[in-house]
Amino acid sequence: MPLRSDIKKVLMIGSGPIVIGQAAEFDYAGSQACRVLKQEGLEVVLVNSNPATIMTDKHMADKIYIEPLTLDCLKRIIEIEKPDSILSTLGGQTGLTLSMQLAEEGFLESHNVKLLGADPLTIHKAEDRQAFKDTMEEIGEPCIPSKVVETLEDAMDFANNEIGYPVIVRPAFTLGGTGGGIANDEAELHEIAINGLRMSPIHQILVEKCITGWKEIEFEVIRDAKSNVITVCSMENFDPVGVHTGDSIVIAPAVTLADKEYQMLRTAALNIIQALKVEGGCNCQFALKPDSFEYAVIEVNPRVSRSSALASKATGYPIAKVATRIAIGYSLDEIMNQVTGKTYACFEPAIDYAVVKFPKWPFDKFVYAKKTLGTQMKATGEIMSIGTSFEAAMMKAVRSIELGMNTLRKREFVSMTDEEVLNKLHDVDVDRCFCVFEALKRNIPVETISDITKIDKWFISKLKNLKELEDWLAEGDLTQEKYDTAKKYCYLDRSIEELSGKTLEECGIKKRRAVYKMVDTCAAEFSAETPYFYSTYDDENEAEEFIKQHPTDKKKVLVFGSGPIRIGQGIEFDYCSVHCVWALKEMGYEAILCNNNPETVSTDFDTGDRLYFDPLTFEDVDNLIATEKPDGVVVQFGGQTAIKLTKHLQDIGANIMGTSAESIDAAEDRERFDELLEKCDIPRPAGETVFTTEEALKAANELGYPVLLRPSYVLGGQNMIIAHADSDVEEYMKIITSHKLENPVLIDKYMMGTEVEVDAICDGTDFLIPGIMEHIERAGIHSGDSISVYPAQTLNERVKKVIITYTERLAKALNVIGLVNIQYVVYDHQVYVIEVNPRSSRTVPYISKVTGVQMVDIATKIMLGHSLKEQGYTSGLYPEGEYIAVKVPVFSFEKLHDVDTQLGPEMKSTGECLGIAKTFSEALYKGLIAAGFKMQYSGGVLFTVRNQDKPEIIDLASRFEALGFDIYATSGTASLLNRNMIATNFTYRIKEEKEPNVITLLESGKINYVISTSETGRDPARDSVKMRRKASERSIACLTSIDTANALVSCLEMHKSIDDVEMVDITKI
Amino acid sequence: MDFGKAKTAYLILADGTVFKGKSFGKEGTVIGETVFTTGMTGYQETLSDPSYCGQIITQTFPLIGNYGTNSKDFESKGSVVGGYVVREWCDAPSNFRCEETIDSFLKKYGIVGIYDIDTRRLTRIIRETGVMNGMITTEEVNVDEAVKKIKDFKPDRPVPKVSGQKEVFKSDNGKYDIVLLDYGYKFNIRRNLLKRGFNVTVMPWNTTVEEILALNPDGIMLSNGPGDPTDCQESIETLKQLLDKNIPTFGICLGHQLLAIANGAKTVKLKYGHRGGNQPVIDIDHGRTYITCQNHGYAVVSDSLPSEVGKVSHVNANDGTCEGIKYTNAPAFTVQFHPEACGGPRDTAYLFDEFIDLIEKQRKEKNNKEGK
Repeated sequence: MPLRSDIKKVLMIGSGPIVIGQAAEFDYAGSQACRVLKQEGLEVVLVNSNPATIMTDKHMADKIYIEPLTLDCLKRIIEIEKPDSILSTLGGQTGLTLSMQLAEEGFLESHNVKLLGADPLTIHKAEDRQAFKDTMEEIGEPCIPSKVVETLEDAMDFANNEIGYPVIVRPAFTLGGTGGGIANDEAELHEIAINGLRMSPIHQILVEKCITGWKEIEFEVIRDAKSNVITVCSMENFDPVGVHTGDSIVIAPAVTLADKEYQMLRTAALNIIQALKVEGGCNCQFALKPDSFEYAVIEVNPRVSRSSALASKATGYPIAKVATRIAIGYSLDEIMNQVTGKTYACFEPAIDYAVVKFPKWPFDKFVYAKKTLGTQMKATGEIMSIGTSFEAAMMKAVRSIELGMNTLRKREFVSMTDEEVLNKLHDVDVDRCFCVFEALKRNIPVETISDITKIDKWFISKLKNLKELEDWLAEGDLTQEKYDTAKKYCYLDRSIEELSGKTLEECGIKKRRAVYKMVDTCAAEFSAETPYFYSTYDDENEAEEFIKQHPTDKKKVLVFGSGPIRIGQGIEFDYCSVHCVWALKEMGYEAILCNNNPETVSTDFDTGDRLYFDPLTFEDVDNLIATEKPDGVVVQFGGQTAIKLTKHLQDIGANIMGTSAESIDAAEDRERFDELLEKCDIPRPAGETVFTTEEALKAANELGYPVLLRPSYVLGGQNMIIAHADSDVEEYMKIITSHKLENPVLIDKYMMGTEVEVDAICDGTDFLIPGIMEHIERAGIHSGDSISVYPAQTLNERVKKVIITYTERLAKALNVIGLVNIQYVVYDHQVYVIEVNPRSSRTVPYISKVTGVQMVDIATKIMLGHSLKEQGYTSGLYPEGEYIAVKVPVFSFEKLHDVDTQLGPEMKSTGECLGIAKTFSEALYKGLIAAGFKMQYSGGVLFTVRNQDKPEIIDLASRFEALGFDIYATSGTASLLNRNMIATNFTYRIKEEKEPNVITLLESGKINYVISTSETGRDPARDSVKMRRKASERSIACLTSIDTANALVSCLEMHKSIDDVEMVDITKI
Repeated sequence: MDFGKAKTAYLILADGTVFKGKSFGKEGTVIGETVFTTGMTGYQETLSDPSYCGQIITQTFPLIGNYGTNSKDFESKGSVVGGYVVREWCDAPSNFRCEETIDSFLKKYGIVGIYDIDTRRLTRIIRETGVMNGMITTEEVNVDEAVKKIKDFKPDRPVPKVSGQKEVFKSDNGKYDIVLLDYGYKFNIRRNLLKRGFNVTVMPWNTTVEEILALNPDGIMLSNGPGDPTDCQESIETLKQLLDKNIPTFGICLGHQLLAIANGAKTVKLKYGHRGGNQPVIDIDHGRTYITCQNHGYAVVSDSLPSEVGKVSHVNANDGTCEGIKYTNAPAFTVQFHPEACGGPRDTAYLFDEFIDLIEKQRKEKNNKEGK
């Protein structure tokens, strides 16, 4: 069946801001979908609130709305654009849920919009717990004994009287299992069930028998309208059932299943997708009892997913593209396999390597949070590695994930006693795989480890091979045979030297360079043209062969990507890397990408001219350069991951395009940076460098509180705090010194002024500032967590001029060739510099989109020698446009228990969305709505603020009161407000141990907004943190900055609804 | 794992390429046609598949032996493969049915194996050059001499080696009597038939028409088997004589090729064959593509099939080769792939049901004719 003739204009719904459970994979899927639709000559209308995505780029769709992903907005856009179809299955859970709601309300039908990919019945059967169970029963596929309930009583009754404990609670229609968990007894079920019922938008939870410890197996399947079905990839979880698959180490393909079990589950997956009548991709998760053929269907997602992105990258089979073509009418046997160019999409990939996915968790930022894993996903991102063995893939994975580890040995476990290691094995947490390895190092038997962890012995035995290899390296001489064997398992030369205690040189070892093998979907059965490679230590270098067979006069540029998505380094750097590659290609260069994140557009094999899926460490990069021999390398778009390579690349003589290693160091090294500022005559907040707690206290007192503390190697605000008193400094220094103090700690005077951010482009002579951004929150809150407004609204012309002048001076002094990001604080009308980053930044995508200045493209062309003038730009600030854009951060607090939601200098947000409008207040309104704020006009507001904020809340509280809210506050705040004629209800603090306290008040449902600031926080044992956690659990908006609260109240005062604001097609800006 | 302890082994190809690896399975020397299979699971089924008789099998999937071997997953009574080439074998398999490691399996059946070589490189050589003879050896040999030997190597006719004696299997719910002509049949063909109510009489490859007719079967199943179909002239003769006997016939793999030749078609040796569990086959009547399990080095030339005897019913979606024939001159249909699976996908098991339909139809016609 060819393209359906009744489809001309398609609406695509994106997945919105990056949150835990919904990351860059939907930008990858959505971008593929957009490209396919455009290739097919269809008109594409795209809606996504996330401005950092590739899919919201001008040439991805015909009409692009960066608008809140709410039903109201979508209805408005459908009314404006009148699409004939809507593609529901490529925008993650968000896109699917919204499509379903639009369909169920009859809105689609009444507007003549067809739902493509999955019809409402399919979605209902897969997503509604009871309907799913019924469907599975009909086709004879076993499910786990469970019951859908809508009340706590029913949940308790089913668990107590029918299935017994432990039970798993899964809320319906929530992302990544939000609000679910395992309950071991009645008390736990009570807590989890209440929470789950509330988190579910339809107040429904599934209570099911706990099958923790079974193998967890996934299949990615595709079906077309002709009922052709294929499986693209199987995957097996290292962590058995009980750990969310997003938090599990995964291997593809499944390895511990004999053909009988494999085919049993494969057939089940095909039966399921046939029964659901999905037209496109579908993910089936199974639990398989390790000692029998008994299995159960855990979950089915009738859409592309994180797993389908992984399966696509693992096999080379582009699931999203194929799913899109199927959705618009094609069948699998009509779609070419792009990889071979000779065969069709209706086949099953055969792979001849092993793939490992390793999650990236945010616990390096959230030191107080529990690192345990369960049914609630906690990872913000992931990496993938490819090797010819599981062991090799694991070795690559551990260095791709950027934990500062090159082998599986975790430093903090080395000093433990054997008993401690054994005990630690019982913890199901983020370090479990390293703990297993440590246990093997202590000669704890595989059986014992498997009994405790329920991890399949296959995996443990494989890790044991690595342990034995390491033992072998450590004993006797380091021979060439040992070295070669270690290289086959992808150990770094450095690690081999460390483990053997000898240098390669002294042992006369002939060093090996990696060679590259192709990912070709067919295990070499057919010759393929995919320019997609991974490194191994074999003899044949297919990449070299490929390069020879495709001779070109073009110069080659290697672009390094940004690795896994994490807090502080998100999808925006993928946007930048991809744009750089596009610009290089446009300028007639060969662009080669190296990255290890399977979720992203950058690791789509046809983004660049060649893709290398490998870790980004020095040795890996050396290997790549030896094979590719690029004319230039680009580091400034890949975030800190790529920037970290700069000095090394310079040392090995690579031609770093754009800003030099020297300049990058000058901006990062504190002393050199101070010299630079002095030379440029630019002030910065006073500060000192210290090593010990004593020095820190002395410096803090001299500077005067509050002060800002951070390690000198700071990345993205990691481990940064504002100290208001000696006790804060002491607590902080204790944490830092426990991590072995190698680098000094920086203490700066903290200035609570207006924070301003500038991204600029410089060619060495001229500089261009596309826009000046101002933060709603005063300095002290990480720029990534602040609401950022373009153009700046409160700065006067003089201050703007100073900022422009400083930017010029800094860019030129640092000899920036390309992008630079500078953060300023304006305090008492004085401009101070806080930070300079001579690289791309988080704000580049959104500023590019709202100003129309394609920053990365321009910067790339500058690196290639085309000045700003040549590109038609004049020096200075780019004229402001007619639209105002407000970037609002989005957090994943409901998924990270124990994390204090109070904002501070350390970044906590996982994603962002944008509001665009002609007035500031409308843009802010849209931004807040997009970020999930509900505009409520009555109810209660709870105030509990630190002393220094008290003067400012009087006005705030009176504005809330004027809107008709009831005001609640703890003692000090309440009396202050009452004294100022604001009728305030008094509530007790937790520690006062009297009722009603803040917790019972929050539970009562009377509170709609919480304004909470406290001098201390972080530690989940503190009352202030408990209160904020409670607000987060109850989904009550909790504002931890008076500035954010003021912004919100201004929005409320407008009394606008989304119908009152214009929907903006950004392609027309 | 025994780091640094395994014995060296070599794989030498007819074109002179030498791979240095390590020995597993039996030590010694073996020469055979070197082929590759892309199946990612089912190595025990592969090793016990008689169609691989005498061949040196390369697994393109690098991790072999993960779940060990067991006494249940055999597709024949043992293993008759020539040699076995893998990148890595698993010495600590994990599966609830695991009884032994792949290494001890190979030793038990006297199969010479080699591991720790770049199997992707080997596969690419075979793909580009076509299948060729190779030698696995654990001896230090003179390469030139070895290559000469490898080139000169001519395998014996494999079918007589793998075909067994007459055996009768009764189904629990036996409704039909069937003769399974054994050219080296996979047990799962028998299992599929028994499950569907066939009483199965397995007969050797060179059974005569008279012997078959004497059994008065409701249907005849032509099995898979190894080697070049034109080596089996006796079988072809028998099939020719069966054509006008109106007995419903279903052929798989070699059986498919033999019946085609009996009907005047020709077969051709493929460059490197189809071996694996991911081959897409278009069922022309159903208008659908199925993922199939395959293992064959020869194929029926579609154009050579006389139009009056039947038509091609299935084609390979990748290379367009003939994957099935529906006969019009006899109640027969055959497929090149393996609907019995094991290992590989079970998506085409429906063909066994179609065989039942064919038998039922034939019975009805027969009954009508006889006026019952």
